[in-house]
Amino acid sequence: MEPVAVVGVGMTRMERERRPDGYADLVYEAVCLALADAGMTIDQVDNVVTISNDFFDGRTISSMAVQDACGSYDKNISTVEGDGAFGAFYGLMRILSGSFGTTLVCAHHKGSESDMSLITNAMFDPVYERSLGIEAVTSAALQARAYMDRYGVSEEDCALVSVKNRANALRNPLAQLPLELTVEEVMSSPYLAEPLKVLDCCPVSDGAAALVLASAERARKAAGKPVWVRGVAHCCDAYHLGDRDLSDVRALQRAAAKAYSMAGIDDPAREIDVVELYDAFSYMELMWLEGLGFCGRGEAGRLTAGGATSLEGNTPVNASGGCLAGNPVLVAGLNRIIECALQVRGEAGEHQVEGVRTAVAQGINGPCGQSHCVWVLGGER
Amino acid sequence: MAGEKNGEGKEAKEERKELIKLESGEAEQPFRWSAGTYGSRFLSELRDNCRFVGVRCPCCGRVYVPPRRVCGPCFRELTELVPVSDEGEVITFTVVSFGFVDPSTGRQKPVPYGYAVIKLDGADTYILHYLDETDPGKIKVGARVKAVFAEERSGSMLDVKHFALLRA
Ligand SMILES: [Zn+2]
Repeated sequence: MEPVAVVGVGMTRMERERRPDGYADLVYEAVCLALADAGMTIDQVDNVVTISNDFFDGRTISSMAVQDACGSYDKNISTVEGDGAFGAFYGLMRILSGSFGTTLVCAHHKGSESDMSLITNAMFDPVYERSLGIEAVTSAALQARAYMDRYGVSEEDCALVSVKNRANALRNPLAQLPLELTVEEVMSSPYLAEPLKVLDCCPVSDGAAALVLASAERARKAAGKPVWVRGVAHCCDAYHLGDRDLSDVRALQRAAAKAYSMAGIDDPAREIDVVELYDAFSYMELMWLEGLGFCGRGEAGRLTAGGATSLEGNTPVNASGGCLAGNPVLVAGLNRIIECALQVRGEAGEHQVEGVRTAVAQGINGPCGQSHCVWVLGGER
Repeated sequence: MAGEKNGEGKEAKEERKELIKLESGEAEQPFRWSAGTYGSRFLSELRDNCRFVGVRCPCCGRVYVPPRRVCGPCFRELTELVPVSDEGEVITFTVVSFGFVDPSTGRQKPVPYGYAVIKLDGADTYILHYLDETDPGKIKVGARVKAVFAEERSGSMLDVKHFALLRA
């Protein structure tokens, strides 16, 4: 792959309700931060990829509503309806096509403006599934049970992820839900859908993020230290929940294998210094860690309990607090990539992990992690 | 004291800053989704005969329920409709405790309720449905279940009222 770098990043704070501002305002804020970080003006942006979802925004062609805010006027602009990790992938491909030297990628979400259950219900099949009330939390509970039952994972194992990530969030000024918690407190929080309790679940959030990708030639002209894309891949499993073994992480394993092979990584646990993954629910961190190859199937609970994924551990996971500390949908995957870029630059602030050379970010699309996008970022090409 | 003054000034400014929100109100976006030929057959069999129908892939032999046109993994067109049982097993389950207004009925289903991924005997894929049990301690992965049909049926998944746990 021709070298492409992340040269500018910007994230808004994640909040339960960003009352004064519409989503275009959030996009403008994130885009300005990313451009300033890159030391670029909007004129140096060759094309724009926006990330939005018409249901969440309550309007069709939702991408066009941020056209001014993302500076795409008189430019080539295209849209991804899906998680930010996939939107960034498209932005990367547009540079690899040779047509563009830089891509601005931006994502926004205002969970405060709609009903999360109704909208996530709408991702399911309208003929066979939607009328049965399935939505994000219910489907996640079905997956959590399938995973826990198959591998003997306990609710306490999952609770520990929530404790760890919310504590990490205490060091992240952009986090929405920094909390000092104990496993007992997570365990005694009320069930939403058994085995998932309130404190196993991400909050509803408002937020936006933006990043600037650049070819090697254009990255040289950017202000900051470029963070290189060393490997990236995505892979998709079946859409219908009933067509999948929900305890399986095949799609993630395939995406990770491809991304690692591009990056020349043989032993992820040894060669990857930090991971930001899509922990919308505590059990997901365990499943995705196994899918990313940091341990065998069913072993991530023990890995977590042993401290390997804590801030001081061998491979800190979600040092930022992850999605459990704030989950603007669609933005979340972009935030994972941005947090990894900051870690590689050594500029993650209070949650910086020492000596990060290689970082892995993961985003998901579709119910229960139907598809996965894995990014390997590093300081060297 | 200067700080206090600044604080007052800020408060006065904030009073003037009115934040307006617009409600979408009762507006709806109605749709009419085609169930397709096989889907129509599946739903009419539920409605008229309280039976489940699947479709078999000639290539991998997998039986899909509900039936659909194409086997994804084989990318082959499916033509052989086959009957499957109204009994099966629980693949995974949950008990839902949070309220949720069902968009198809506009009503909130009383909580808690059991929910499961179910493999009907003779099928290779699973369906989602309600369970008649709300105590998670009494539900097991692998438990046997049987469909309980609604008295009034209209050709939808809700023609099955729920699945009942078959207690040995
Ligand atoms: Zn087949």
